[in-house]
Amino acid sequence: MLQNDPLVLPPLLSDVTSSESALRSFLFGLSGVDKVGVEQRVAELSTRSIKTTAKAEGIDLAIKMIDLTTLEGMDTKGKIKTLCAKARRPDPLDSSVPSVAAVCVYNDLVAEAKSNLVGTNIKVAAVATAFPSGRATLATKIQDTSDAVAQGADEIDMVIDRGAFHEGRFLDIYDQIQSIKQVCKSAHLKVILETGELKTYDNVKRASWIAMLAGADFIKTSTGKIQPAATLPVTLVMLQAIRDFHIQTRRMIGMKPAGGIKTTKDAFKNLVLVKETLGDNWLNPDMFRIGASSLLNDLLMQRKKLTTGAYSGPDYVTVD
Amino acid sequence: MAELEIKRTAKLFIGGAFPRSESGRTYEVFDKNKQFLANVTLGSKKDARDAVTAARSSFSKWSQATAYNRGQVLYRVAEIMQGRREQFVTEVNTWSKTKKQAEIEVDKAIDLLVWFAGWTDKLSMTTGSNNPVAGPFFNFSIPEPTGVVAAIAPSQNPLLSLVEIIGSIVLSGNAVIVIPSEKQPLTAVSLAEVFATSDVPGGVINILTGSYKEIAPWLASHEDVNALDLSGVSDKAVALDLEKSGAQTLKRVLRPNANLPGLERIKFFLETKTVWHPRGL
Repeated sequence: MLQNDPLVLPPLLSDVTSSESALRSFLFGLSGVDKVGVEQRVAELSTRSIKTTAKAEGIDLAIKMIDLTTLEGMDTKGKIKTLCAKARRPDPLDSSVPSVAAVCVYNDLVAEAKSNLVGTNIKVAAVATAFPSGRATLATKIQDTSDAVAQGADEIDMVIDRGAFHEGRFLDIYDQIQSIKQVCKSAHLKVILETGELKTYDNVKRASWIAMLAGADFIKTSTGKIQPAATLPVTLVMLQAIRDFHIQTRRMIGMKPAGGIKTTKDAFKNLVLVKETLGDNWLNPDMFRIGASSLLNDLLMQRKKLTTGAYSGPDYVTVD
Repeated sequence: MAELEIKRTAKLFIGGAFPRSESGRTYEVFDKNKQFLANVTLGSKKDARDAVTAARSSFSKWSQATAYNRGQVLYRVAEIMQGRREQFVTEVNTWSKTKKQAEIEVDKAIDLLVWFAGWTDKLSMTTGSNNPVAGPFFNFSIPEPTGVVAAIAPSQNPLLSLVEIIGSIVLSGNAVIVIPSEKQPLTAVSLAEVFATSDVPGGVINILTGSYKEIAPWLASHEDVNALDLSGVSDKAVALDLEKSGAQTLKRVLRPNANLPGLERIKFFLETKTVWHPRGL
């Protein structure tokens, strides 16, 4: 399981959040991201070929890492029920397929999801803090979060205030994350940076550091409502930030790319990035999640291809 | 005459694009006198998989286009073939006995396309029906396309048979993946260039050059393929295997040497939907 002990920063980092100016000079003192280097590294790692038994293991690992997500205005209790059934047993005809890690829903549907997942290890994640825009007062965000926690959410996916980020109010973001973290109690906190709205890799790196300093258990790329969502270079920048943070604090932060990961190939590219950047300690559902909905069907079709030898089709997996 | 002769690279036709094979392979093609003609792409199982994906994604749009629109598109194909008649004659003539025979084959192929174009908006009234039922209902039987069809074209009359297969399948709204004759694939490559420039939506027609013995089993077992046209399968054992494999997913299978005449061939790739509608309200 994830460690949840209070964050104690080493001397070098302990006073970077003491004031707005200290935090600013820390964030702008981080080494710049080499855009070309990151993109080249991603392109290189994306060519890796994963076949046969390694592919079979990779598919099952990816399934175990999925946060099966539905975040639509038209979500109904019935939709949550079917989603939970799929989370428990992704392929009704094959009991050897593992369950997914979690289901991710809006906070008014947490109780429904919980009741459908009794007796399983599948977590319920709720999006909170005025998802997806994050445009609300802190009081509202705290209420939003405590509602989800009260209904039994195991994980909270919060969004940061991107407006504050672009205005340069970094300490406000830091304080907000800390306030939400307190409300979360034992629930894990994932902080969504919405990298599509942060514009540059340097900003992604800075936002990652703010979230990690403030006590996030996971950092997450996107809400899935904004394009571009989880691109591979952005994921790599965040993974590298996690690595740097781990070197300085010995604290392991989890990572969750979300949005736009639709195929087995996409998922594998992410797994390769994790393996090459953070190593095997992060290659498990406690430290790495993939936020997705349609990805699961593609993984199931690929899995079936490996077991039966024939290509499968969308008529043979459940419709979301 | 250009200063430098530009030789055409014969590639696959998948999703409206002309990719090389994922496998990177090619094979040599010769004419009837064993003279070298071209290096042609040797398609692989992954190309077949990509073609099925492309065909499936184009299916909803093509099958929901109006019959009138599909007819116009097929007529446009005939127009462009007419414009490239000389090229087709030259290519067919690399295997036909005389140039005259080649000309006849090309002209027949163009005529056949026009005939298919005319059929698109006449199918529903000739193959559908208004059924008498005991009750206050209208009851209609309406023909609908079956989906994604994988076809293997014969070596005899390579252009004419290819046009017959593709036209009869796509006119009703199906999408097709066709494997042309392995020995005489060049007319298929030219035909792909015609499709690419004649408003046929990408993915509706996909052409995989190469060996059907290698590619067809993957299409026959593919769960997202709805029908098989085995017209060009000369090997009986292979045909039987493909048929068995197709049966696993309940595909419609047109057997080799079926020689269905005219409309019967078109009807083979249709399904019938029956609708009840209350009457007298």
